[in-house]
Amino acid sequence: MITGFILRALDGKIIVAIAILLGVAILVPALNLLTPPDSAFHIPTYAMALMGKYLCYALLALALDLVWGYCGILSLGHGAFFALGGYAMGMYLMRQIGSRGVYGNPELPDFMVFLNWQELPWFWHGFDMFWFAMLMVLVVPGLLAFVFGWFAFRSRVNGVYLSIITQAMTYALMLAFFRNDMGFGGNNGLTDYKDILGFSVQADGTRAVLFAMSAVMLALCLLIASGIVRSKFGKVLVGVRDAESRVRFLGFRVEHIKLFTFVVSAMMAGIAGALFVPQVGIINPGEFAPANSIEVVVWTAVGGRGTLIGPIIGAVLVNSGKSFFTGAFPEFWLYALGGLFIAVTLFLPKGIVGTIQHGFSSRKAMKAAREAEKGRDAQTPMAQAAE
Amino acid sequence: MNTIAETRAKSLLYLDGVSVSFDGFKALNSLSFVVEPGELRAIIGPNGAGKTTMMDIITGKTRPDTGTVLFEDTVDLTKKDEADIAQLGIGRKFQKPTVFESHTVWDNLELALNRLRGVFATLFYKLSPEDKARIEEILETIRMTHRKDELAANLSHGQKQWLEIGMLLAQEPKLLLVDEPVAGMTDAETAETAVLLKEIAKTRSVVVVEHDMGFIRELGVKVTCLAEGSVLAEGSIDFVSNDPKVIENYLGR
Amino acid sequence: MNPKKLLQTFLILILSALAAPAFAQGADPKPLFNQLADANFNRAEELISQIAATGDPRVVSALEAFAEGDLYFRKSDKAVFIAKAAGSNVALTDALTGESAGDAPKAAVTKIRVNNNLRRVIRSALGGLTLLSPDRAVRLSAADAVLRSPSPENLELVEAALAKETDAEVKTRMEEARAVSLLSSDRSVEEKRAAIETIRNYGGRDAIGILRAAYGSADASLQTEIDAAVASIEGDLALWDMAQNVWYGLSLGSVLLLAAIGLAITFGVMGIINMAHGEMVMLGAYSTFVVQELIRANAPGLFDWSLAIALPVAFIVTGAVGLVLERGVIRFLYGRPLETLLATWGVSLILQQAIRSIFGPTNREVGNPSWMSGSFGLGGMTVTWNRLWIIVFSLTIFFALLVLLKRSAFGLQMRAVTQNRRMASSMGIRTPWIDAFTFALGSGIAGIAGVALSQIDNVSPNLGQSYIIDSFMVVVFGGVGNLWGTLVGAMSLGILNKFLEPSVGAVLGKILVLVLIILFIQKRPRGLFALKGRAVEA
Repeated sequence: MITGFILRALDGKIIVAIAILLGVAILVPALNLLTPPDSAFHIPTYAMALMGKYLCYALLALALDLVWGYCGILSLGHGAFFALGGYAMGMYLMRQIGSRGVYGNPELPDFMVFLNWQELPWFWHGFDMFWFAMLMVLVVPGLLAFVFGWFAFRSRVNGVYLSIITQAMTYALMLAFFRNDMGFGGNNGLTDYKDILGFSVQADGTRAVLFAMSAVMLALCLLIASGIVRSKFGKVLVGVRDAESRVRFLGFRVEHIKLFTFVVSAMMAGIAGALFVPQVGIINPGEFAPANSIEVVVWTAVGGRGTLIGPIIGAVLVNSGKSFFTGAFPEFWLYALGGLFIAVTLFLPKGIVGTIQHGFSSRKAMKAAREAEKGRDAQTPMAQAAE
Repeated sequence: MNTIAETRAKSLLYLDGVSVSFDGFKALNSLSFVVEPGELRAIIGPNGAGKTTMMDIITGKTRPDTGTVLFEDTVDLTKKDEADIAQLGIGRKFQKPTVFESHTVWDNLELALNRLRGVFATLFYKLSPEDKARIEEILETIRMTHRKDELAANLSHGQKQWLEIGMLLAQEPKLLLVDEPVAGMTDAETAETAVLLKEIAKTRSVVVVEHDMGFIRELGVKVTCLAEGSVLAEGSIDFVSNDPKVIENYLGR
Repeated sequence: MNPKKLLQTFLILILSALAAPAFAQGADPKPLFNQLADANFNRAEELISQIAATGDPRVVSALEAFAEGDLYFRKSDKAVFIAKAAGSNVALTDALTGESAGDAPKAAVTKIRVNNNLRRVIRSALGGLTLLSPDRAVRLSAADAVLRSPSPENLELVEAALAKETDAEVKTRMEEARAVSLLSSDRSVEEKRAAIETIRNYGGRDAIGILRAAYGSADASLQTEIDAAVASIEGDLALWDMAQNVWYGLSLGSVLLLAAIGLAITFGVMGIINMAHGEMVMLGAYSTFVVQELIRANAPGLFDWSLAIALPVAFIVTGAVGLVLERGVIRFLYGRPLETLLATWGVSLILQQAIRSIFGPTNREVGNPSWMSGSFGLGGMTVTWNRLWIIVFSLTIFFALLVLLKRSAFGLQMRAVTQNRRMASSMGIRTPWIDAFTFALGSGIAGIAGVALSQIDNVSPNLGQSYIIDSFMVVVFGGVGNLWGTLVGAMSLGILNKFLEPSVGAVLGKILVLVLIILFIQKRPRGLFALKGRAVEA
């Protein structure tokens, strides 16, 4: 059963993409660690960290694509799942600081000492254990998605309404996490990490492993996503996107289908956030900002929604562009990003990959459709069908 | 009393005293309507007579304000939602053909097959030889074998109607509700559709809503005429079309 | 009142009614002042009371000088003067008339000593004295002063002043002052009971304080009445608090209404998800800024008119931007709401950055015209003028829009297009232009909202961002396509917010409101005033 699922997942392009990702997972750390700094092939650590960040963004975009591109749910709150995963990881990293903090409290993170808290809040317990924190990386975003989705999909909140309330969700979370008494470090968030599993987060070796993990997790999630969309479930999913009521009248439980996809997607976003945090060294409530979530949408749209490779390419491309612009012409980045939103929706609705993929076949299909249209005027379609 | 109880017990679908209103407009007004197993029934009536609303109520899309809706005498349909009702064995074809345009004809039928529809069942579903045979059989019935790998988006209007009927067949329903199957079809297509529906009705009950009187005559079945949310007349096509009330309300003089 | 007191009151009334110079001989404060020259502190205290009892308004400045230690007497004739140092001499002025009495060497005068006890007596005497001032404002503030520091010594003066007071407002204030003074005096229980009633009617937190202070020394029979009065005042206060909260809520609601009302057209009527809506509001606020800058530079006299001038400017600017946006982007995306959302988000980023490039990233100063500044009290609550005007303004816009949509030809065409585009177009309505102008109208209204919001919010490039989510919430909560829903939605969300705030704090209150709306949308996906039936499905 599982083998069937995986075999179906590994269709041509996906094999190539996964192979490339695994290659990157080995090659980039190797070039960083094994080549001397003056070598032409050397990849400096900052560049690797940057690429690692892009891979996390790519995973987030892939997660969004699963619900938006395949199921038609435009979530404007995926940044929330990303941030929650990030906070789960951040809490683990905070607990690892131990007595090396400024105040030297072995139990409480610095910000709690600063706020005069006497003991660890209940929800911080367990985060000193890596396995528990990793479980929470999946469970917390998954649970939020489950509860939110259960309410929303059951009462058939659709389309833009859903988009608006997902946006309100992440906005509310942002306001909440900004509060000091929530116990997540308020404004400043969680930072000044020292160790992960006993290795220093600053060390090149740790960073190389984190990078490799990002690439491997992206490959794994790509495999899972591919398995999902290529199964019968995936076809139902696209059915929900295109003709929801038809799916319902065929006897499928649309709310279960959406809920499953939403939860899986939220978990992927959580993983992305968890990998992101140790590589950038900080998580703060700004990650919940609605603008961030909308930006994820444009990565996905640029790459091509409804394709699995598209969001990955889109995330990497747009973020490379962002790095370049904010370095070279910081004034123009927002113009460029804004223009990109408009240009993609107006001129490239299928995105880069979608356009390349369907470019030829869709032209053919359009021609066929046009002929069919003409044909219907000229002769009976039944006669055409009987040909 | 006895006869009513008997009618109910024998019925496949039983509607009694069903009313529903939208913002004060009474879409259905104490409608009563019975379909027996294996029956092919035609429903006619002017626009706004409540034909589509009636289908919405049977399929769980709309909840009635009052009234009884029973399936096979035991199941209260007003308590179920669309997916439940579809799984019970009631299929519905929309007025506007609704198929999955970005799937092939084959995939459309595969999705419609009456198999386990849970998340995990579909996630790990593998096409079995029986399912393959069944899909091929349906393709044959709706005459689309040669176009099975075509995207549904590229089908003509009439072909989409047929594909949708094929999907309903794949669903293996006990009761099929068909809303204006021949709208926008040519005469030749209409005739073929009538043949197809009669064939389908051999193994299950079918309710057809249609405006096309020629098509209904071709079906040659019992006709129910609705007007203003309740039944105006019921009987053979000749009986109904000679009823003065029907002429007044629907056919016109 | 016993006959003696009545007579005294009568006398004071007569006396003070006469012009100051013509004061009756016996009550002339002049000799009393002169007696101060060789009085000890006890005698001085008596004299001050007698001076005050003359009720002569001229004694005020003399007593003030006394308290300051500026009162001297001439050794030669024991005449009392106000003296100010002038070189080696002192300048003398007549204590009562204020006329100059020439200079005198320092050695020729002696200071009349004053101590803290005397100062207190003087102050209380002054409080009573100014009650008789011919100036209404002085009397009012004197009554206020007594009200704030009640003392039984003032009682008779207050009563005297009260008897001759004609101004209604001053009279009530004096009655209240009398009541608070009476409570700590040795008057009869009946009078005190009446006083408690008066204080209770006066109300407010001060009254509670006064009543509580009098509680200990009060007659046992009065204590229950004091309790009842305190409880009743507290009840009133709670009501006023509620009213104040409702007012704050309406005020917030009107801000939400302003922000959402344009959206009610573009989203509610046309179904366009305009994420750049907040930026239209921002553009309106910046238009106000530019208009004010121009006025400051060219015609400062017109400043009070700046908002009136900014309104049409903002409407035209944002309306034009809206028109360009509709023609340039949105019209290609009809029927694809999610794409519209993305494209307009892009537009919002560009607009924000453009404003940042032109005006800088920091807040810009937009001034309040004089008629929007300040506040006034209304019973137990405070009403600021700018909030009041914004409520009035938002309702005006709302009803103007309602009339435009329901009564004008444009409104009719607009409704026709949104209901049945094809039919409308076959009736000869130019649907593309109706779309464009409807969108421009919605944007223009957002701009007008920006003019108003510039008065209460920081004008920065991020202004719009803070309103966009709230605006969508209002429209969705109220029910899409229903202007009344937007009104009710905005006001109820505003009030809900303000009622949650005192108990849970502003941020948590906002979060709770968001969560409640999210839950509400699950229950009623189409909002408070949803359309029902088959038409919705289409």
